[in-house]
Amino acid sequence: MVAMILQARGLSHHFGGLQAVDAVDFELAKGEVHALIGPNGAGKTTLVNLLSGRIRAQAGQITLGGRDITALPAHLRVRSGIAYTFQITSIYQRLSVFANVALACQSHGTRELRTAVAEALELVGLQAMAELPAGTLSYGHQRLLELAMGLALKPKVLILDEPTQGLAAGEIKRFKALIGILVPDISVLLIEHNMEVVMDLADRITVLNFGRVLAHGAPAAIKANRAVQAAYLGADRAET
Amino acid sequence: MSVRVRIWGLHLAVLLGLWALQQVLPPYHANNLARIMVLAVFAMGYNIAFGYTGLLSLGHALFFAAGMYGAGLAVWQLEWAALPALALGLLAGGVAAGLVGLLALRTAGVSFMIVTLMFAQAGYLAILYFGRVTGGDEGFVVEAAGRQLFGADLATDGPRAVASLALFAVAMLANLVLTGSPFGRVMVAMRENEERSRMLGYNPFAVKLVALVISGVYSGIAGAAYGVMFGYVGANFATVQYSILPLLYVLLGGLGTVLGPLLGAVLMFYLVDFASSLTSAYLMVVGVALVVLVLFAPLGVLGTLRERWLKWLP
Repeated sequence: MVAMILQARGLSHHFGGLQAVDAVDFELAKGEVHALIGPNGAGKTTLVNLLSGRIRAQAGQITLGGRDITALPAHLRVRSGIAYTFQITSIYQRLSVFANVALACQSHGTRELRTAVAEALELVGLQAMAELPAGTLSYGHQRLLELAMGLALKPKVLILDEPTQGLAAGEIKRFKALIGILVPDISVLLIEHNMEVVMDLADRITVLNFGRVLAHGAPAAIKANRAVQAAYLGADRAET
Repeated sequence: MSVRVRIWGLHLAVLLGLWALQQVLPPYHANNLARIMVLAVFAMGYNIAFGYTGLLSLGHALFFAAGMYGAGLAVWQLEWAALPALALGLLAGGVAAGLVGLLALRTAGVSFMIVTLMFAQAGYLAILYFGRVTGGDEGFVVEAAGRQLFGADLATDGPRAVASLALFAVAMLANLVLTGSPFGRVMVAMRENEERSRMLGYNPFAVKLVALVISGVYSGIAGAAYGVMFGYVGANFATVQYSILPLLYVLLGGLGTVLGPLLGAVLMFYLVDFASSLTSAYLMVVGVALVVLVLFAPLGVLGTLRERWLKWLP
């Protein structure tokens, strides 16, 4: 059996009357790329917020490498190896690209700051822009910077929330190549709307709908799953 | 010339310039300068909280007064010498900031302003209420015995000038080291984007608390030095005016710059001095100056300079 790095059991969270995540079981295997998909409002972002600790689970249990982290606050989860990149680019706009990545590097006590920052920037191809204020970068480069910050944390689990949103075709290609380099050292949880990216990268897929797991399995199986087609395309179109 | 050399060169040149000014200025202005430098240390502390970490406090008078009363009461009631009294003042500022921070940092933004303001008001009222110990609103004079430092009498102009410059120099260089350190970067990160910082593994509460305590230590030593150097401790130093003053200095001189607090203190001190020679409504002149500043140069003098030309300025 494959070792699981991140596991959730019976995870639930509701906002007022809305059950955003409802008794979800989830497993991320060591070294895999696991895509989380589902229609808008399916609970994907809430689920990764629960996993990363940005919001507290109202029920359920989360373990990282066998250790219970359910009660651990977000910053300590980051330090124990869960990196999260934001859906809406969240970088320090007014600080230099270098400072942005340095903040990620020094968070886990890196001694050779310059080398570590240079390495992370080189991975995403931004090494020439280190001294620029991050806010002056193009949107695509800001997304890459966000990714570099995630990588600079040297995580065990990297959660990517819509990483290719708004990227040009060439940038998406580069992104896919990069993920290919990262695994199996890092396990990736990918929320993604771009099905081409999902099908190319994911080893396994979990489909959420109305806060519940609708299906999970290999990409081919998910593609063929009629319930998934119905949820995505609307039942009537799926039948044709 | 590397940036590091340029930064240290500039700041050492400023210290040298201050020393030279002390030598050539007439006594009235030299004494003003001593006062300004001590107030600039207070403002530097304020800047560490507000300018770098983004904590807009309206309660720093409490930390200043904690230092002032910590040192003053030690001399008055316990007959301590100046050096341990100053050390106690420094400590009192840090402890006051730590205690206030533990509670106030559960809030942010406007709530943080109000909570810190309330704590400072409570401190002010406590000074009045325990008048028998604190001297109430009349305050008290710091006795000559408590104003001797390393054999020099701080009540006289020469030693006072040296002491004020020494205090300012240590505070400024420490500020410079702090802002260039990894922790300095994290403080700025907290100001710029707290949620992002949390998701890089930093505990926002802890970082802000440490920054506030450092800020309190600066305020405390400034208050203690002010009391010991100028020989008077009074409740008016605990009023809201002394929370607003460092804010004004920082806004005027340059938000989040090491030299901004000094520049702001100099400009504001002489603006008040000049305006009060023209009219008794000098606070109105100050008010107009601030409105103009916030409208046209919200980053302050050095903040604006840094944005336009001197990108390397810490």
